[in-house]
Amino acid sequence: MIKKVSKHIVQNELLLFEQSSPGKWGYQLPPLDVPPVDAAKALGKDNVRSEIEDFPEVSEFEALRHFTRLSTWNYAIDLGLYPLGSCTMKYNPRVNELVARTEGLAWAHPYQPEALAQGCMEVIAALERALEEITGMAAVTLQPAAGAHGEFTGILMIRALLEERGGARKKILVPDSAHGTNPATATMVGYSVENIKSNSRGMVDVEALAKAVNEDVAALMITNPNTVGVFEENIRKICGLLHEKGALVYMDGANMNALVGVARPGDFGVDVMHLNLHKTFSTPHGGGGPGSGAVAVAEVLKPFLPGPRLKRAGNQWQWNYDLPHSIGRVRAFYGNFGVLVRALAYVMAHGGNGLRQATLDALLNANYLRILLEPHYDIAYNAPSMHECVFSDDRQAKKGVRTGDIAKRLIDYGFHPYTVSFPLIVHGALMIEPTETESKQELDLFADAMISIAKEVEENPDLVRKAPHLTRTPRVDEVTAARKPIVRWKRPAAAPQS
Amino acid sequence: MSYPDTYKYTKEHEWVLIEGASGTIGITDHAQHELGDIVFVDLPKAGAKVTQGQTFGSVESVKAVSDIYAPVSGEVTESNEALAKTPEKLNEDPHGAAWLIKVKLADPGEATGLMSAADYEQYVGAE
Amino acid sequence: MLATIGLKSEEDLISYLPSDVRFSKKLGIEDGKSEYEIVDYFKALAARNANGCASFLGAGVYHHYRPVLVDAVVSRGEFLTSYTPYQAEISQGTLTSIFEFQTMVCQLTGMDVANASMYDGSSAVPEGAMMAVRITHRDRVLIARTVHPEYREVLRTYTQHQGIPLDEIGYAKNGQLDLDDLKKKLSDDVAAVIVQTPNFFGLLEQVKEIAALVQAKGALLVVVVAEAVALGLIEPPRDADIVVGELQSFAISPSYGGPYAGIIATKEKYIRQIPGRLVGETTDAEGKRAFCLTLATREQHIRRDKATSNICTNQALLALMATVFMTVYGKQGLRELAEQNLAKAHYLAGKLDLQFDAPFFNEFVVRVNSPEKINARLLEKKIIGGLPLDRFYPELKNCMLLCATEMTRREDMDTVAAAFKTQ
Repeated sequence: MIKKVSKHIVQNELLLFEQSSPGKWGYQLPPLDVPPVDAAKALGKDNVRSEIEDFPEVSEFEALRHFTRLSTWNYAIDLGLYPLGSCTMKYNPRVNELVARTEGLAWAHPYQPEALAQGCMEVIAALERALEEITGMAAVTLQPAAGAHGEFTGILMIRALLEERGGARKKILVPDSAHGTNPATATMVGYSVENIKSNSRGMVDVEALAKAVNEDVAALMITNPNTVGVFEENIRKICGLLHEKGALVYMDGANMNALVGVARPGDFGVDVMHLNLHKTFSTPHGGGGPGSGAVAVAEVLKPFLPGPRLKRAGNQWQWNYDLPHSIGRVRAFYGNFGVLVRALAYVMAHGGNGLRQATLDALLNANYLRILLEPHYDIAYNAPSMHECVFSDDRQAKKGVRTGDIAKRLIDYGFHPYTVSFPLIVHGALMIEPTETESKQELDLFADAMISIAKEVEENPDLVRKAPHLTRTPRVDEVTAARKPIVRWKRPAAAPQS
Repeated sequence: MSYPDTYKYTKEHEWVLIEGASGTIGITDHAQHELGDIVFVDLPKAGAKVTQGQTFGSVESVKAVSDIYAPVSGEVTESNEALAKTPEKLNEDPHGAAWLIKVKLADPGEATGLMSAADYEQYVGAE
Repeated sequence: MLATIGLKSEEDLISYLPSDVRFSKKLGIEDGKSEYEIVDYFKALAARNANGCASFLGAGVYHHYRPVLVDAVVSRGEFLTSYTPYQAEISQGTLTSIFEFQTMVCQLTGMDVANASMYDGSSAVPEGAMMAVRITHRDRVLIARTVHPEYREVLRTYTQHQGIPLDEIGYAKNGQLDLDDLKKKLSDDVAAVIVQTPNFFGLLEQVKEIAALVQAKGALLVVVVAEAVALGLIEPPRDADIVVGELQSFAISPSYGGPYAGIIATKEKYIRQIPGRLVGETTDAEGKRAFCLTLATREQHIRRDKATSNICTNQALLALMATVFMTVYGKQGLRELAEQNLAKAHYLAGKLDLQFDAPFFNEFVVRVNSPEKINARLLEKKIIGGLPLDRFYPELKNCMLLCATEMTRREDMDTVAAAFKTQ
């Protein structure tokens, strides 16, 4: 029985271009207080465009209604649990939104005189300090715009260090359980990728790793806890193996929500890592971004950090551009400052004890779900779960139902699906991460839904295979979307005269 | 779907039909079934060289990409243009109309190491 | 809950971790603060910034008015706290608005396809360059010195290990791209030529002429747009092969440098080479129109080490801000906004000593004996002056880049003009 959702009528809505009407507008500019300028004269006739063809023309209220109606078609954290593994879909605190819009911060221009940007620079400095403490690393850069961007930054720094030591080397080792951004990043920095197998407990096979590490290896990119939610118990040994051969260890910090206050990557040998501020540190996903990929480094990589770096001069902050070994910029200006404000507010709200408590709560929630679901779904690996648990669809596959189908049926129960078919090392994976935000009530509803679906698989597999049934939009034709991509609206051709 | 006797097969699920000094190359029914609905096929142009065992293109479904490996070496003489417009043909007729490329063989002897239809059927039956 | 799991205390959740990895100290971070204290903390920091000052800074980040509707829309929890729209059935709100965004970017730039946004303008530049490298199978890239200096730095960082040599093209006496220098450097191994319009000096580049030269050599023209409002009035770079740019001007707060929303747009034939997320139109199982993410096989989560890029995120929330902005202003509004920018900047420029003689939009370079002195005097009147150019162009050390937008007031422009007159 579906407890969490009921039927409800929802507004339809056309595209903006389909409801535009010539001459409608939603803006009002004040009158010019200077003489108008003839654009053709000032710019040259050929440089002036005619109208922006088919651009929207709607009133202010039509615009508001349009977007409001669209919003009602979305699921969101504010509506319910997202059990997406490795995404850490926790509450996005509203105080973060408020403080990010503080006028002096929101309107700050990156080139305004440093004496007039001290507030912004203090935010950056404070967050760098907090993240150094949390990761146990020597220094942090907040320049990268997202996790993948942070990986790129980190691997660039590794390459720079190795080049200084005599040679960049040729390849990067990546566990077969890794997120796709890892090998894609390695290629962007000119390395080839070699896959390392996982063992029967879902962790990096240390023997296989030991065989693979040699002087051609620049680094290992490891996620810890890994993408099956399990702590790499041999992490110290692993780091040792790499260091012995003069290679470095990059840690993908996507799963940091399991470690904050409990274990520090800097303490167990990691040389460089990224953090996803939009995961662990509660900044909003906003439908796909912005993110922020803070990168923390050990002492040995400090000289290579992207510039500029903050430096203290008396009681003032300054931007220091004199960084002879820096890898250079990875983006203009200083970072996704608006996201940094939100992350700092999150850290402040929790405090040291609160951050640790949040981690324990996240572990508690994940393990609670695991216990409830284990009788019904095959757990992928028999190792303790940290903040997420991973099942395979083997049991359900016997009835012809796969993880993707179960995920779609979960939508009928009022939840967003868990992470489907990732990591690739698990056959038909179901990756579930509740985060610390969820109450026991919400978790119980989720477990009930999953157990109910497991029963449906036994008794009525077609119901699950053809789900979702209750959404405003049923399954969409992704095949045609890929065969004949239409990625913009075009004015329909006029109907032919009969 | 049956596997034509006149074709030779690879472990990576390609087939090749040798006719004198030319070969026609495609992917097997097993392969298209595993891929699901095919949305795009990436093939080399006429004049490109292919090498036995190395990739020469790829086949995409919505959620996956598969590299295609050359069963024999040679120079591409023709690429199946129809697949650009209607990739779904590859699901419908992988052994016939949805051949991928035709090549001028570099070494007709290369094909001797490939599997027969019977061997291939056993191979995919066993998988 | 602990009982259900069979544990006695929360500490049991981590007791199995090896003791040599467990962090048993207390985190050196102050205790948690109340909401009031947090709001106060940031208010105090903001007070140490410039407040209530008029600003004449541009240089890639622009002060444009943000219509109130923008925050009203993006603050809705269904937009703010939703995830990437991988599950189309419950993400049609996000998917539909991105489809509209992609359409509007095409309409503005004159291109056929646009993606769901890049991190920002600066990182969109190397993505555009790498696209050109993939398409042409060549490896050299030329970039104009009149492209934003920090964008050029980012390009360098990205291309240094991909076997892509870079060369810069100088500017002519009038501040536009030096076409002779371009001709000289256009060898047969050039994949892309990257040019910005309006350029960093605020001047319009001769896109048609440049395109003809570049494409005759089999290379691709990548045009960068850093001030999106310009597209309300100036002819878009229709002759480009790839357009990249920055939409910060469209209701995205300057916010000390980010987050912003970059764009990348191109011709139909290059659609499979475009990086990042793409939303496509399709039908649902009932035959109704619906949208979904498409052509995902280009991306990292499927293609892994052979992906078009490692990019995962798009700037959805910022792209939505821009979409609302473009909707509120609409066809006529965007043009009038651009006309106001043109008028304001030309009013001020008319009173000053310009360095370059070429058409400009809302930014221009002036000659000044001591940029630092002038800015110090303006600051006394609560005005932040322009950007002294010597930090990026040592040969222009007596020059300053000034910007005026629809938000710039006549009195402040008169004050600036007076300050320059008495220097």
